[in-house]
Amino acid sequence: MYRGKIKHILGDIAEGDRVKVIKEGKVYNGILMPRSELGDSRHVVIKLENGYNIGFNIDNIKIELISVREKKKKEEKVEEEYSRENRPYVSILGTGGTIASKIDYVSGAVHPAFSTSEIVNAIPELEDIASLKTEIVFNILSENMTPEHWRTIAREVAKAMNKSSGVVVAHGTDTIAYTASAIAFMLSDIPKPVVLVGSQRSSDRPSSDASLNLISAVRVALSDIAEVVAVMHAGSSDEGCAIQRATKVRKMHSSRRDAFKSIDSLPIGEVRGDKITTFQEYNMRSEGEVKLDDRLETDVALLKIYPGFPEQLFDYYIENFRGIVIEGTGLGHVPENLISKLEEARNKDMPVVMTSQTIFGRVNMKVYSTGRKLLKAGVISGRDMLPEVALVKLMVALGRFKEYGEVRSFMERNIAGEVSERSLYNTFF
Amino acid sequence: MQVKIGFEIHQQLATKKLFCSCPGELTDAEPDARVVRRLRPTQSELGEIDRAALDEFIKKKYYEYEVNNSHACLVELDEEPPHEPTEKAVDSAIEIALLLKAPVVDEIHFMRKLVIDGSNTSGFQRTAIIAFDGYIDTSQGKVRIPIICLEEEAARKIKQEGNRVVYRLDRLGIPLVEITTAPDIKTPGQAIEAAKKIGDILRSTGKVKRGIGTIRQDINISIEGGARVEIKGVQDLDSIPWIIKNEIERQKLLLDVKEEIENRVRKDKIKLKIHNLTDIFRKSNSGIIKKALGNRGRILGMRLQGFSGLLIGRLGPELAGYARVKAGVSGIFHSDELPAYGIEAEEVDEVRRNLSLSEEDAFVIVAERYAKARKALEAVHERALLAFDGIPEETRMVLKNSSSKYMRPLPGAARMYPETDIPPVVISPDKLLWTESNLPELIEHKAKRLEVDYKLNSALAEQLARSEYSELFEKVVAGNKKFAGFAASVLLSTLKELRREGFSVAAIPEEKIEEVLIAAERGELAREAVVEVLKFLCEKPESRIETVRESLGLKGFDEDDLRELIKDILKEKEDFIREHGKAAEKPLMGVVMKQVRGKADGKLINRILREELLKFPGE
Ligand SMILES: [Zn+2]
Repeated sequence: MYRGKIKHILGDIAEGDRVKVIKEGKVYNGILMPRSELGDSRHVVIKLENGYNIGFNIDNIKIELISVREKKKKEEKVEEEYSRENRPYVSILGTGGTIASKIDYVSGAVHPAFSTSEIVNAIPELEDIASLKTEIVFNILSENMTPEHWRTIAREVAKAMNKSSGVVVAHGTDTIAYTASAIAFMLSDIPKPVVLVGSQRSSDRPSSDASLNLISAVRVALSDIAEVVAVMHAGSSDEGCAIQRATKVRKMHSSRRDAFKSIDSLPIGEVRGDKITTFQEYNMRSEGEVKLDDRLETDVALLKIYPGFPEQLFDYYIENFRGIVIEGTGLGHVPENLISKLEEARNKDMPVVMTSQTIFGRVNMKVYSTGRKLLKAGVISGRDMLPEVALVKLMVALGRFKEYGEVRSFMERNIAGEVSERSLYNTFF
Repeated sequence: MQVKIGFEIHQQLATKKLFCSCPGELTDAEPDARVVRRLRPTQSELGEIDRAALDEFIKKKYYEYEVNNSHACLVELDEEPPHEPTEKAVDSAIEIALLLKAPVVDEIHFMRKLVIDGSNTSGFQRTAIIAFDGYIDTSQGKVRIPIICLEEEAARKIKQEGNRVVYRLDRLGIPLVEITTAPDIKTPGQAIEAAKKIGDILRSTGKVKRGIGTIRQDINISIEGGARVEIKGVQDLDSIPWIIKNEIERQKLLLDVKEEIENRVRKDKIKLKIHNLTDIFRKSNSGIIKKALGNRGRILGMRLQGFSGLLIGRLGPELAGYARVKAGVSGIFHSDELPAYGIEAEEVDEVRRNLSLSEEDAFVIVAERYAKARKALEAVHERALLAFDGIPEETRMVLKNSSSKYMRPLPGAARMYPETDIPPVVISPDKLLWTESNLPELIEHKAKRLEVDYKLNSALAEQLARSEYSELFEKVVAGNKKFAGFAASVLLSTLKELRREGFSVAAIPEEKIEEVLIAAERGELAREAVVEVLKFLCEKPESRIETVRESLGLKGFDEDDLRELIKDILKEKEDFIREHGKAAEKPLMGVVMKQVRGKADGKLINRILREELLKFPGE
């Protein structure tokens, strides 16, 4: 978007129009391009006939309109089917992110592309694996997901499950793990695979991980793994994807393809080519009907403890929230001066769950005296739950139960594979 | 006949990489890791998939990238977004543009140019226009330079085995300046002049890499009535005129073929009909045929109606080139060259009978496994049809003898879209002004100045101006112009010889070379000893000159010592001196030098020897 002085100079000339730029007696023909958000407000960008963009300082040029942009017909297709004989149906739900996006080669902007024909056109291999139903649930960046979006997705997944052999949810990668565990807690007696998939490199580039991830996700959706899982690159190579349990998976790198790792747990398995290998036990595909309980209490906070953590912050949270998950230090500790605050919360029947900011390893508050004091103050052990998973789980618990005791018991029990009894040596660390 | 020649020059810049902080150097160390990727064709604006890319993808090609932690990071691996462009590289590109008299753009925008051969992990090359409409002058007229780009170098291809292509990531991301000339060059002579001129301008900046592989020239050649042919892999400038001559010759021959074949036969008569001729060759004496048959191969052949006599030395190599590239066969046989290679006349006759050929018809046979041989003949047919168009647009690879071989069809216009990860770079008027007023001295000017200032002969001055040591040279001889000849010979020939002998001259820091030369200039180090000292420094580049002299036993002989030694020698040779008088000086010089063995400067020895000879017989 051009603003201010440039907008004034451009007058009627709009982005996409053919223009003539005259600079120091030389003429450059091209298309007026949109201004990058990273750019300043003194230059206009022109796409030359040779395909290159360059920026002109508005003070150095004269710009004239040659012709207005040709408007393309817009096709809006929301739901579509692609069926192929003898191929079972997989539902693909679009929620946003780069996994199924299309580039505007003129501006470089990436738009969602989610009609079945667009997907099959981009990844023809899918035709040989499954018949597809696709649907755009919404289209938002994953950092903008809210618990309300989780509920919508969970409901759509439950619906789609009745119409297909497995469900794939295409999602932005930043918060894929939150959404995955929310679905895992909201759905029970899951009879079919629910696969969350994303991509770390947008699908407009030849090196994108989107196609391998999506192909693998569709394969997992047809497998007998009846759980909520995330399917993403297992390594930096394009050799296969890891199948990871919703409540154990975490994005551990800001940019690598293999950013997603199972924490304190092995992946359920991996997809290599058309072969799925499993590494641990999982719930088998069954005939039953999925149950949905999408109640949530969103007034839950996740606090990371650090040296010098201000006591009065706790006052604010105790005042305004209904539950707190703490990311404590080490085995699950907070500075001693905060313990009285936690007692205060307990006296108000406010659940406080302890997890560890070490991410790896299990909380144990029995080893040191601070821990023992925390237990005495009523702090609930998150055991080997990831902090983010504990947050989602506490939202679910507070949505479902009125009594502190019930909430506590729900938090201490394993619901969707988030808590395990044994800590294995051979996990990613 | 009108000939149009243009260049595309790619020059590496001597900075860190363009979009990360890895060094812009290559390494031969064992890779620390290997990553395997595939590149998928992407959709175009119209929702179509790029055909060339799809082709590669269907071939199930995969790319293996060798990662050396010292020379590549997550950026090269396409696992982290690019960092901001390296400012020094941008500045160097601007300087080069200004030297080529090309106005620089107000704001640089990096683009993604799709490249799907695996040489870029991302599947595209990042490239930006820096300047437009430059030019150079040659003695045969102006050569325009429409576009100057700054872009990232591709990964280094290590090998290809079947579907697997191995690249090393060390080279990926090194900044490159791409200079494209208009097809204004008309003769081979002008071509070499233009290439030299551009090369000199690049080196004048002192900001470009030197050495093999750091500059690449592609030559575009078209003759009247022909099409553009791009020749890649030109390594040395001196071969350029030969490459151009050979290509013009090739294109002329192809135009002749076109004319003749059009007179003989219609294009649609050239049918692809493949015959299995294996039975004819069951008892063949040809080594190639025997080997193919032993390898469960077949002899397949096809008729080329009307092509007799047009293949040998003309279309034959083109047909073979297509068959090699497209089917991976090692070669073909055609009727113009047979009987030969152990294939007998009877066998040739039998083939002609079998294919019912007339006098005017030619045939091609291929000895290979069935599928491969078939593919080869399909490629031959494809190329034979192109003969009716004259000269196909193509990319060729230069060979050692300055001829060239077919590589691939000329790529169409590259698909490009904005690199949204990199913010636009504004070129401030201040920066332009500063760069413009601080442009380096051009090599041709420097050569003239060195010639005059230091009384060097013009060839030596030019060589020096072009070398990487010209600044060092001027520093060393600033106070003593008489030293210029010796300094120049050390910097130009001694170092070169040492390099040739395998000494790692590159290891010696420039300041050390300077120190050695200054010591020689002051007479602290004998000129004769400079070679030994430099050799020592190649091994231990950090050594102090003092230490080197001690280690090499070059200490001792100051003037007094020398005088004593010379006196002793003269005494010994008293009779000889009496006998020969003045003529004794030369042989005596030899005797002294032998004893001193480089531990003193020759000039000094000579002076003392003369002085002592004059005194002789003194006492
Ligand atoms: Zn790097």
